[in-house]
Amino acid sequence: MVQYMQPRLDASFAALSDATRRGVLEQLGRSDASITDLAERFRMTLTGMKKHVGILERAGLVTTEKVGRVRTCKLGTRRFEEEAEWLERYHQVWDSRFDELDKVVEELKWKERTDERKKRK
Amino acid sequence: MNARKESELAPTMNRTKVERTSEREVVVTRTVNGPARIVFEAFTKSELFKRWWVPKSLGLTLLSCELDVRVGGTYRLVFSHSGSEMAFFGTYKEVTPHSRLVWTNDEGDGGAVTTVTFEDKAGKTLVVLRDLYPSKEALDAGIGSTDGMGETFDQLDELIAALGAGS
Repeated sequence: MVQYMQPRLDASFAALSDATRRGVLEQLGRSDASITDLAERFRMTLTGMKKHVGILERAGLVTTEKVGRVRTCKLGTRRFEEEAEWLERYHQVWDSRFDELDKVVEELKWKERTDERKKRK
Repeated sequence: MNARKESELAPTMNRTKVERTSEREVVVTRTVNGPARIVFEAFTKSELFKRWWVPKSLGLTLLSCELDVRVGGTYRLVFSHSGSEMAFFGTYKEVTPHSRLVWTNDEGDGGAVTTVTFEDKAGKTLVVLRDLYPSKEALDAGIGSTDGMGETFDQLDELIAALGAGS
């Protein structure tokens, strides 16, 4: 478990280790913003901001969406994705449980029927 | 022709549905092809229960299964997973034959209370299972715990929240 946690954690903490990127997260916590907005606010070149956003994006802390010529950034949706994955796993577990339960129920029904037949004889 | 129709309908009828119905609750529903009396038996007799509760796809081996199904009675399931043992246990809070079971999940903090209802529908049974967590946080922790990341990301969320609050 620990082994595969590590890359994600490393990426997250590396992303948070920079003051500008923490600032970007604070900003996006208040409202979504385009890369241009963010570059202006943090008095930075577009290329510089793109790099920071890229790091936050790879860490799953920010998502971006390009509409026309504007790339809008928002706080990451990892929690939602995690929830969807979790529900999917929940579903898989219960689906296979119920499939097995079906077999048990079929067997019990069959047993009841044969027991009744025996009684009638 | 009829047989074919039935087999086409079957997957829809037997479909397992899982929904997060609130911040604290997840609900699983499925129709089982047998009377509630029999389905209830499969939930409450350990020799039957252990045949279906741990499907092979889970990658777990059930080492022991003790169910004392009565109000105040306890259950204990012990699994082995890649060399280590895990126990799941709790107490039955409600036991209404053929229609309702409520049990706690006490193996960790913030465990859900599970309510299962069995509703007879013309020889079939609608099974509705609700896992109600004590808080949104407890459910969210459960979400993360399946890949071991929940607590870590909660901490990260807190950190981000703190950063936001500081500005």
